[in-house]
Amino acid sequence: MGGRHLKDSIVTETATRIFTDLADPQTINRAKDATWKTELWSKLSDAGLPLAWVSEHLGGAGAEASDGFELARIAGQFASPIPLSETLLAGWLLAQADLNCPSGRMSVAPCRPADHVGLSANGKLVGRARRVPFARDSAHLAVLIESAGGLRVALVKTSDCVLSDGRSLAGDAVNDVTFDNVAPVAIKSASAALDRSKLMMMGAVVRAVETAAALQVILQLSTQYAQERVAFGKPIGKFQAVQHNLAKLAGEASAALTASGSAAEAMAGIGADPARFDEGIYLEAASARIRCAEAATEGAAIAHQVFGAIGFTKEHILHRYTMRLLSWRDDFGNESQWALELGTRIAARGADELWPFMASR
Amino acid sequence: MSTALQFDPIRLPPHCVELRKEVRAFLRQEIAAGTFDPHGNESGDMFNRAFSKKVGAKGWIGITWPKKYGGQERSFLERYVITEEFSAHNAPAKLHFTADRQSGPVLIKYASEAIKADILPRITRGECCFGIGMSEPNSGSDLFAASTKATKTDGGYLINGTKVWTSNAHQADYMIALFRTSPATKENRRHGLTSFLVDMKSKGLTINPIYNLTGLHDFNEVVLENMFVSDGNVLGEIDGAWKQATSELAYERSGPERFLETFAVMIELVRVLGDKPDMRAAEALGRLVAQLHTMRRMSVSVNGMLQAGKDPTVEAAVVKDLGTVWEQKLPHRARDIAAFVENDDLRNRAAFEEQLAFATMIAPKLTLQGGTTEVLRGIIARGLGLR
Repeated sequence: MGGRHLKDSIVTETATRIFTDLADPQTINRAKDATWKTELWSKLSDAGLPLAWVSEHLGGAGAEASDGFELARIAGQFASPIPLSETLLAGWLLAQADLNCPSGRMSVAPCRPADHVGLSANGKLVGRARRVPFARDSAHLAVLIESAGGLRVALVKTSDCVLSDGRSLAGDAVNDVTFDNVAPVAIKSASAALDRSKLMMMGAVVRAVETAAALQVILQLSTQYAQERVAFGKPIGKFQAVQHNLAKLAGEASAALTASGSAAEAMAGIGADPARFDEGIYLEAASARIRCAEAATEGAAIAHQVFGAIGFTKEHILHRYTMRLLSWRDDFGNESQWALELGTRIAARGADELWPFMASR
Repeated sequence: MSTALQFDPIRLPPHCVELRKEVRAFLRQEIAAGTFDPHGNESGDMFNRAFSKKVGAKGWIGITWPKKYGGQERSFLERYVITEEFSAHNAPAKLHFTADRQSGPVLIKYASEAIKADILPRITRGECCFGIGMSEPNSGSDLFAASTKATKTDGGYLINGTKVWTSNAHQADYMIALFRTSPATKENRRHGLTSFLVDMKSKGLTINPIYNLTGLHDFNEVVLENMFVSDGNVLGEIDGAWKQATSELAYERSGPERFLETFAVMIELVRVLGDKPDMRAAEALGRLVAQLHTMRRMSVSVNGMLQAGKDPTVEAAVVKDLGTVWEQKLPHRARDIAAFVENDDLRNRAAFEEQLAFATMIAPKLTLQGGTTEVLRGIIARGLGLR
């Protein structure tokens, strides 16, 4: 990774403009069909954004690692039901094995820490990856394969796999993908530094970044609504109980922003190179995943409380954010799974190492 | 104000990492020499004259202040590292900490040159302890209800009234206190209070101890009867202290001491759990670690923004709100986590129980001191534009 630097501001500006023009939450919430998604994707794709994490010689944009996280932030900010973050991650995974990237939508597998995909004796993919986000909407999947011959990364056509029907809490496609002797489009050995845990770290931090961005939006929406909605003769934001709830939401949004921003910055600082994901990066990624998921639970509840019944309607855009916030908690390891692993590692280090380890970040 | 909260992902620079090593080596040396017990409780020895002098000699008190007043002109991030290591090791910094954190910076901003030249170098040497005279029997969170009266007289003021919950008063050399120089106005109920530097040896000043529920003597009642304070000891604008009070709060509210006061429990929890805790304990421990990591990163961020000359007042209130609620819950969560643990090492269990008991007893004060949860959430709400 590295190479051509798409300046942060250009990535931010371009992506924000495309989303604002074509995926304004209010507008798409009222849309009768999904045709807007096609145009949104082609504009993002034309700008080279979904393959930000893929170098130019592999067909990508060759942007900085930080640009990819910035795109995930914007994806979260618009709560848009297209696989932008998933395609970013798929590109990143393919690049770890020096595989060329196709254009078009992609997703990545496995997305659960306990799932694994293997390779049959004749070089076909076998196994199952549960709850793969946007699998149904993606032309290709980037798959991490664990087999006796070591780690490999494969590109497969989604149409060659068996997909379950499934929807996330937000109504986005989420499918169990069964690989029943699937012939890959391309397959290569992965760099020795890669493993499933590192794929989960990358995915978890991307989800954390999206979560923080969505929390910022619901804080803003809720605060604005509390100033407009009048009850008992004054805006509800004048009531101390409501103010304190919003202050708590601000705290959760701040914690999510900090934890995800810190992890993304740490990973971007080493070019999102899995060979350099050490224990410190693990602490950052695990903390971001755990704390952001906790903030999502707490924050979504407060926002709904502030909005009352109107926020519980299909018509209102709040659910676009809150249902994704709650759904994202389950991708790339939920917060309980991450906490178990983090706690286990901390205990193994022992009491006297607790503080020095925490203070090392 | 907009709702956009800012927490830049600021990293401690390499010189801070070096400083941390130096501070940790010093603290370990002092622990080895028996100066203090990092696993001990706040059993009164948090106030240690000899130790504070050694810290002063290292240049670690008033480290951000101008050199001409004994400071080092170093950054808030360096101060952050020192505060954090002292807090995490339970070091007895009580003598100098208040002066280092807030009284010194107030003097730098508002005191006369003569006062600065006299007092600031003594603070940096670890020889000078400060108290804060804000609360009164009828004025706690409602700071602007203070009624202790300052009446103009020749060359100064005569002070009459009572301050209460004054930490360190019995050990302090000075306190910075709010007195009423004029009545509040209809338009501005915050008007009329003035900030004064008070010598604790002044005639007419009586200190009565108030023991807190742990049995420790930290609080005091300070009774002021015709106490004289000279004009030169007025800090800032007469009747306008309210303008000053709020601008300093980011410094007071964002530090690592706002989430590390019960941290010793967490260390002893890890010890008592052993190296292979069960799923329930490991999962809960993992969450605590993630939460603490996030608090640290938030606090570093606010300190970095202060260093960059930004004004993260609301962000600082967020740090203190989340931090104090977290450190308050910590002993209760540690108790839950350890509920089924059978540790054969009775010494570990005893050390844990001891920390737990102390932390559980002090927990109620954590969300009161330096601005209650309710006050902080009001400040955050104001930052959001709700009031």
